[in-house]
Amino acid sequence: MRSLSKRQTLLKLFVSNLYISAFTFGGGFVIVTFMKRKFVDQLQWLEENEMLDMTALAQSSPGAIAVNASILVGWRVAGFWGMVVGVLGTIIPPMVVLSIVSIIYNAFITNPYVAVTLKGMQAGVAAVILDVVFGLGANVVKQRNALLVLIMVLAFIATYFFNVNVIYIILAGALVGLLMEYAGKKKGAA
Amino acid sequence: MIYLKLFLCFLQVGLFSVGGGYVAIPLIQNQVVVLNHWLTMSEFTDLVTIAEMTPGPIAINSATFVGIRIAGFPGALVATFGCILPSCIIVSILSYIYTRYKSMSALQGVLSGLRPAVVALIASAGLSILQLVVFAGRDIELGNVQWIGVGLFLSAFLLLRRLKWNPILVMSLCGAVSLALYAALGIS
Repeated sequence: MRSLSKRQTLLKLFVSNLYISAFTFGGGFVIVTFMKRKFVDQLQWLEENEMLDMTALAQSSPGAIAVNASILVGWRVAGFWGMVVGVLGTIIPPMVVLSIVSIIYNAFITNPYVAVTLKGMQAGVAAVILDVVFGLGANVVKQRNALLVLIMVLAFIATYFFNVNVIYIILAGALVGLLMEYAGKKKGAA
Repeated sequence: MIYLKLFLCFLQVGLFSVGGGYVAIPLIQNQVVVLNHWLTMSEFTDLVTIAEMTPGPIAINSATFVGIRIAGFPGALVATFGCILPSCIIVSILSYIYTRYKSMSALQGVLSGLRPAVVALIASAGLSILQLVVFAGRDIELGNVQWIGVGLFLSAFLLLRRLKWNPILVMSLCGAVSLALYAALGIS
């Protein structure tokens, strides 16, 4: 963003979203990890905390997480038009692919070469997500706040082992955070 | 009028699917199969499979797929627009609130509790996919381990973690290696 003109920023935002969306299979959290790699690590348009906040907002709002995240990133990076090009970049790849697939879909879903390629890519997706998680988790631990680590561990157990609705987990995290803030203030430690 | 119907149908999907992917599936099914009879249940199952195998959110995939089958490409545009319109409005308002009040201490507190929870959610999503890769969706026992998948995952993880390779390159390589093994040696 620093030295780019507005038009260059919009173009870069559009192409980044297009590229991420075209190659991201699987649910919303997959695309969020790719966005983090691109917008936080590579382009440095956002801070890591902002990306996490945006993920929580995208997850708790109606609609697809990928679309919601691109709206948030778009507004943050380049205002209204950033939002527009971000959303377009995110929805064009699935629209094009599905348009083609809907025409040839019988041949597509029964083709073993397609299936085996996608299976291999899933292994790569798992690696990408867990690589990002390692970085993010390390940053939570580095803050040396046992409560934050506890939130992370409990949230993980709740979602992975007990399939607790994500909305409750997000609400619980928000509530604990709010209480922490007030407790900190009372002690005068904040 | 079919375009208006498609628009309103997917507007509801966009408005009521809070929490993404898997929440949207029953909503789409209700609209497309039960209420409007645009797809049969078996076509709908195919649609879910295709959506899993192709990039993009399932709601957008469905809107395009159903739109094209019902009313051609304009139908796909109208349905997709309906699907994203609620997000564009609601999330834009949230974006404004977030930017404006980000520095408020109460919101700071909320966000500091949220962040570790979000990390956990992402971790869980990643592990679910890894479990699918390692056990191919079957029971968790040694006999079901997919060794190619394990090898691909470990190599990919090392390339990303140690050598900082581009994630999309790593992912495409995994697909290519898997395809090559199948094409050349017939193993998968």
